[in-house]
Formats: sequence, C-alpha cells, structure tokens
Amino acid sequence: MIGHEDIESVKSGRLYYALIPFPAAMTNLSPRDPALDVVDLRKTYATGVEALKGISLTVQAGDFYALLGPNGAGKSTLIGIISSLVNPSAGDVHVFGHSVRSDRSRAMQLIGLVPQEINFNLFETPLEICVNQAGFYGIDRATALLRAEKYLKQLALWDKARAITRTLSGGMKRRLMIARAMMNEPKLLILDEPTAGVDIEIRRSMWKFIEAINAAGTTVILTTHYLEEAEQLCRNITIIDHGRVIENTSMKALLSKLDVETFVFDVADANVALPQIADVRLARIDDHTIEAEMSRTHDLNSLFAAFTAHGVAVKSMRNKANRLEELFVRLVDGHLGGAGKEAA
Amino acid sequence: MNAHGNLIALGTIARREIVRILRIWTQTLLPPAITMTLYFIIFGSLIGSRIGTMAQGIGGAPISYIEYIAPGLIMMAVIQNAYGNITSSFFGAKFQRFVEEMLVSPMPSWTILAGYVAGAVLRGFMVGLIVLAISLLFTRIHLYHPLVTLSTFLLAAVIFALLGFVNAIFARKFDDIAIIPTFVLTPLTYLGGVFYNVAQLPSPWKEISHLNPILYMVSAFRYGLLGISDIDLTWAYLVMLAFVVALGALCLSLLHRGVGLRS
Repeated sequence: MIGHEDIESVKSGRLYYALIPFPAAMTNLSPRDPALDVVDLRKTYATGVEALKGISLTVQAGDFYALLGPNGAGKSTLIGIISSLVNPSAGDVHVFGHSVRSDRSRAMQLIGLVPQEINFNLFETPLEICVNQAGFYGIDRATALLRAEKYLKQLALWDKARAITRTLSGGMKRRLMIARAMMNEPKLLILDEPTAGVDIEIRRSMWKFIEAINAAGTTVILTTHYLEEAEQLCRNITIIDHGRVIENTSMKALLSKLDVETFVFDVADANVALPQIADVRLARIDDHTIEAEMSRTHDLNSLFAAFTAHGVAVKSMRNKANRLEELFVRLVDGHLGGAGKEAA
Repeated sequence: MNAHGNLIALGTIARREIVRILRIWTQTLLPPAITMTLYFIIFGSLIGSRIGTMAQGIGGAPISYIEYIAPGLIMMAVIQNAYGNITSSFFGAKFQRFVEEMLVSPMPSWTILAGYVAGAVLRGFMVGLIVLAISLLFTRIHLYHPLVTLSTFLLAAVIFALLGFVNAIFARKFDDIAIIPTFVLTPLTYLGGVFYNVAQLPSPWKEISHLNPILYMVSAFRYGLLGISDIDLTWAYLVMLAFVVALGALCLSLLHRGVGLRS
C-alpha cells in the first residue's frame, strides 16, 4: 500500500534525485507532424462486421478535436486502434509521426487514454492505480508519487487517494480515469465519453481541467454524446457513421451550415391568432408555448413586432435544441448538404 | 522504452503482484499451508510410518517415507501456486479490463510476461518456504545441492507460470481457469512421483510416467534436498529448459498477436 509518507519522503528531498525526467518520455516531437494522422483505416472483425471502411483524418498538434457519431458508428473501434487495443485490418495511424503499427512503443508513450468503460482494479486505491500506471510508462516511483498527488488534487480526489476504488462514486471513478491518463503527461489525450453519467457540476469542473490541459499544449480528442460539450470545447470536428467520415471540418464552419433554427417562446397566452410572417413557421405547442422555426438570416425584431401586434406577450425564449445536436441529427440522417460523403 | 524504463515497468507489475498476494494472503498463502500440513500428517506420519524406508540416501542413510515425499510436496505447492497466481491475476485483469492499462502503455510484450512470471515465481517461493517450514516440523531436510534445489525451483515455477499465462490468455470465464488445474495439473502432479518412486512401477506405466514433465521437476528437486533422484539430472534439466523456451516463445507470440486481448 502506498502511503502519504512515501510522497512526503520524495518532497523532503530524500528521493529528489529521481525527479530527473525519464529519457523515454522526452521523445522528440517534430513541429511538422500532426498529433494524429489516420490513413485509410479499415477494420473488419472476425464476426465479419466491417466497423471501419477506410477512415482518414488529421488532428493538428494543440487542437481540441471532437469525434462524434451515433452508437455503432465506429468511434470506439477507431479509438481502440489509435490506442493499440484493436488491431487494424488495413491502413495506419501515426501519432506525432510515429506509426502505431511499426513504432508502437514511441506512439504509445505520447498517448493518454480515458476509456468509455471503467477499467481499473476495483480493489486498488487511486494512488496505487496512478503510481502503477506511471510505472508502466517507465516513470520512476518518486516522480510517479508527485504526479499522482498533483493530478489527484487537481481532480479533487486527493482525499480519496487511499480509499478502495470500488467505494468511489461514478463521478469519482471517471475523474480517476482522467488522473490515470495524465500520469505519463501525454501529448495526445483521448477522452472517450469522459463525462457519461456525471452530474453537471462535476462535468463542468472536468471541462475546466481538460481545457487547461489543452491550453498547456496537449492535443485533446473528445467523443461525447453531450453535444453542447463538444460545441463548447472543440475547435474541429469529425462525424463518422457506419464506419465512414461524413463530416470533417471546423466547428465554426459546421455550425454555419445550420440554416434553420427553432426558438421556443414562453408566452402569457398562446390562444390567439398567430401572425403570418414570411420564412417563419409558427406553431402553438400548448396554452403558454409557441415554437418558431426560422431561417438563421431572418431577424428576430420582425417576429417580436408581429407578436406585439397580435397581443402575444413573450415572457422568455430559448433555442429548442442545441445547434450542434440539430446539425448532428441532420448529418446522420443525410438531410444536410454534404452528408454521406467521405471527407478528404 | 529503453532498458531502464522496461525495468521500472517490470518492477511495477511484480510489485503489484506481491501487494496482491499479501493483500489476499488468506487465499494465497494460508490454504497451501493447511493442505500441506494435512498431507504431512496423513501421508507422512500416519501412513508413512507403516511404509518404512524408501531408499538409501547419501552415505547409505535410510530415507523414510515422510522424508521422501517432502521435496515432492514442496514442489507440488510451488507448481500449483505459481500456476494459480498467474491464471487468477492475469485473468482477473482481463475480466475487470484493467489489463488495458498495460496494453495501451509502451511496454513491450516481454515486459508484461516477465512481470507476471516474476509475481508467480515469488508466490511459489513464498509458499515453498512456508511448506518447507511445515515439513521441518515433521522431518529433517538436508540441503545436499543448493544450486540444484534453487535452479529446479526456479525452472519449475517459471514453466507453470508460463502454462498458467497461456491458460489465462485463452480463458473467457472463471470456469476456464479451473478446468486445467483440476483435470490436468492435479493428476499430473499425483502421477509425477511425489508419493512414490516411478522405478517401482510396472511397464508400461513406468515408461508412460517419463512423459510427465512434473516427474523431472520433482526428481531434480528431490536430488537437491536428499541427494537421490529417480531420473538422470541432465535429462531433467534438458526437459525443463525445453519447456521454458517453448512456452516462453508461445506466450510472447500470443501476446504480440494480442490473442484473447486485442480484438
């Protein structure tokens, strides 16, 4: 069992010599190499299921990148191949120029993975899990103890550092997986549904942590089903479906494709004759709710003027759906220009 | 990773194994102590006292039955625990999926294998010492050839650790790691000359017994402790080394291809 006294002995200087960085961790990174370069990646499982049908994408160093897709799209297979948990059938993945197939050790040295499913020993403590993980990357124990303290504190888990992990809450387990993934201080952090089942307060604290990691230079790839999370955090995005890339662009460019928005108005009384406005489709939802679907180029002033003229008193308004969510659904359903086409 | 990093990684796995063995000592260290105590009481003291002398030792000193079976019982405990440690630990890591912690790391396959084998050998060593201590309550043990004793222990523990690793790699459920010990390991151990001298067996059982690898381990270990052996020592070492090389190569190949681990 690892104790706090071990960490104190490191801090007091008795083991400080061991804080010299481990040479293998200092892999030279060429500024020309993208953080991730996926080239015509294919995967057919033994069952015959073709999970990836030739996926190519590039993630630049320092990016905060969203990888989205419906269930069964191939996201987990793609992440599995990048992290060497799944053997590809064809194609290759390069992490900062190092091939996962031919230069696995160097490529893995640069990656931190937060998987979708809880995958740590439920009978070990968070401190043991983090220190052992560092050991698997060849990081000496003294450095590992200090890093474990640092990341467990940053993720508000330090007071549970010596608790058996099966006693931790779901949110704590998720944060522990992030702390564990940080132990080798990766250049590329892959987060597969990191906030699934986590309450909003903890989710936001996790966002802050991940944003800070990204700001410090770590490239982040995020998959999530909370699309507002992707919209808020990520700068670039790839959407995959049925093993193919159906969109690969910047978040800004993607959101600009959304030509229609739906607003929900909470009104004093919706039982009035609704105004007729060009390019706006109004619908009464209930006695106090009206929905307006309108072009993004349409201004809201004319709508409010029409409401006022018809005696509709608006109390509040909001977007019906998250913008990215709306785009996502349209792309996956093939209802948006470019949908279904493989990106370069 | 460079050599220093690999050593740290290997040490991490071995250390984790030791922590596990000590954390669940009532499942890892206590049961063999109880079982072997019963063996010594029943087969050694109660039945053994009626059997008399089994062989002539160094200097013509008579070797009693309890003395004769003591090395075999120690070896049996080492074999079973080295095998059991790696199957339960590695399959447990697969089952709970924390084996992925190692699979996504830059560790090469041989480091993972060596770490788990080291853990199994260490448990074999701990259990071996416990059973040796128990045997000293019932009989006298001479250490005639320390190097033979130590090398045989190491080779046997490594062989069964590697076999256990193969079992754990192919196992899909907990039943799969219980089948081999029950239907293969235990019968082979009982038929491996632990309780009798195979030279006393009639043909063809005597010849068939020579196909049992455990016979070579028990005989070499007995030679180390008592100075007598049923098998030529050179053959014993050749057989054990051949098993280490063949099983080591098989385990590395399975790990490298990701059989049972990577889809």
